[in-house]
Amino acid sequence: MTDPHPTAPPRFRPGLAVRVSERSPTHHVRTPGYVRGKAGTVVGVHGPFPDPEQLAYGLQGAPRWLYAVQFPLTQLWGDDPAGGLDAVRVDLYEHWLEDARKPV
Amino acid sequence: MRTLAALLVENGVIAQADIDHELRVQGSWSATEGARLVARAWVDPAFRSRLTSDARMAAAELGIDTSAMTRFEVVENTADVHHVIVCTLCSCYPRPVLGQPPDWYKSAEYRARVVREPRAVLQEFSLQLPVGMKVVVQDSTADRRFMVLPRRPSGSDDLSEGELAALVTRDSMIGVAEARRVPVVE
Repeated sequence: MTDPHPTAPPRFRPGLAVRVSERSPTHHVRTPGYVRGKAGTVVGVHGPFPDPEQLAYGLQGAPRWLYAVQFPLTQLWGDDPAGGLDAVRVDLYEHWLEDARKPV
Repeated sequence: MRTLAALLVENGVIAQADIDHELRVQGSWSATEGARLVARAWVDPAFRSRLTSDARMAAAELGIDTSAMTRFEVVENTADVHHVIVCTLCSCYPRPVLGQPPDWYKSAEYRARVVREPRAVLQEFSLQLPVGMKVVVQDSTADRRFMVLPRRPSGSDDLSEGELAALVTRDSMIGVAEARRVPVVE
């Protein structure tokens, strides 16, 4: 695992464009399928919180930074009757996020 | 459930007193608590700012214990932005301030559709939002639980805090409705 040590500062800051990993592990995760592979903007930095993917199996749960990420409906679904105004905010853990400025 | 509880007690996994205590605590949770928070926020701007920055501390001021939620966040509706909450993964909900969630909140239809076509869903709840008002759907996917602070109804300047609280519905704190209108006195 190359995930950050608990004392590592958050990798992303509010305003940064991030992309959600497209992986689909078979274990318990809290990353909804509809945001995987999608780009959004960090709107809040929270945590660190114990990793729910480990807590689910009775493990201690490594600390993970949690981010509020905002996705325009157009990014999620390709259309938005409100003309690109509306958005969904999702709380996501750092190990699911990539810097969206990097080429995929 | 009773059989399961009896077995857990019999085998020393949990004490009956602890079960009774938890039932009392959860039984005390209701949207009345959320409505008290909203009404206070409407009459006291300083409280409103504390509620939206540190909801747990603000709730404690009114004697509301929100420790059952790891984090408690209040999102404020304004003339420009309307918030609505959902848990697409399961049924996360701010139970200590809203009580148990309604069945529709836990339904696959609501959870799937409100993130796909929020305005259409809100319209089915009879909530028609003005063009130009942004809708933000807050999905509760982690340790934060959300409650919506609805807008104060127009014409409510003369109402007491208690009268205001009576206008605050559960649905308005989920974000599928606005607060009740001020009753017209004949």
